[in-house]
Amino acid sequence: MRLAVLDRGHSLGTKALFAIIRAVSRQPTPEVVKLIMYRPEFFGTHMKALTHEAMRGPSAWSIGDRELMAAFVSKANECEFCIKAHTAVSARAYRDAAKVAAVLSYLETADIGTPLRATLRMLGKLTREHTVDADDMRAVLAAGASREQIEDALAVCFAFNTMNRLADAFEFFVPGPKAFEAGAKFLLARGYR
Amino acid sequence: MSDIRQARKALAARILEGDGRASHADRRAAFDNEGLAEPLSSLIDKVTRRAHKVTDEDIAAARASGLSEDKVFEIVVCGAIGQATRQYDSALAALDAATKKG
Repeated sequence: MRLAVLDRGHSLGTKALFAIIRAVSRQPTPEVVKLIMYRPEFFGTHMKALTHEAMRGPSAWSIGDRELMAAFVSKANECEFCIKAHTAVSARAYRDAAKVAAVLSYLETADIGTPLRATLRMLGKLTREHTVDADDMRAVLAAGASREQIEDALAVCFAFNTMNRLADAFEFFVPGPKAFEAGAKFLLARGYR
Repeated sequence: MSDIRQARKALAARILEGDGRASHADRRAAFDNEGLAEPLSSLIDKVTRRAHKVTDEDIAAARASGLSEDKVFEIVVCGAIGQATRQYDSALAALDAATKKG
């Protein structure tokens, strides 16, 4: 973590909470939690609510689909922490790690539905090029995704285009696979609130 | 469908208009990635376009220019949300154009 305040500038109550998280998970406090819990009235409280709605709110996309979108956007941004975190959540939600790995390594041949593939393709372009046009959207609609599904996917994309930038700008520590497994279990049980 | 409209509005209003350690002008400039002086200009441009290339030196330069860690925290948050917002708005406009709405 590049800013000491984000690493250890929290209130005493928050530090006590981190100690409980460490004891229960037997893992270090994830740095994303340290960011969200630092002066939460400035950023974290609103960001948590937005992310929870995007990732766990009502949607025609499953939780596994939305976690896959999060991992896919993170891959487009080359954000190691978020790729690993959301690959683990998606794999656990789908109970299919091979599918998630296939999508992230080569989208076009992975065994997923046409609407999801077209949506991921559009999210990848939006993330890499920062813009998409009406033809890009027509392609997603023609593949069978509804307008509502596209808006839901854009909400996921917004959340992770924000968090990827912060994870890399502040340089979140990237722990080992056990920490991401513990994080995935927590995020599937409790969501982002 | 999920609805992040209210949450997005509340988030942007909070970081740009609410209390903070950085000036409102600097937070707005970071959000827009426009009009910041160096070295913040370079830092926020990286956050916006290629955040994985941000280095310890970029953050150290911002601190050496006289900004506290809290100000750097706020300005980087504003830069990240600003870019995600421009992407989101571009995509919604494209979707409206594709469905002839708006």
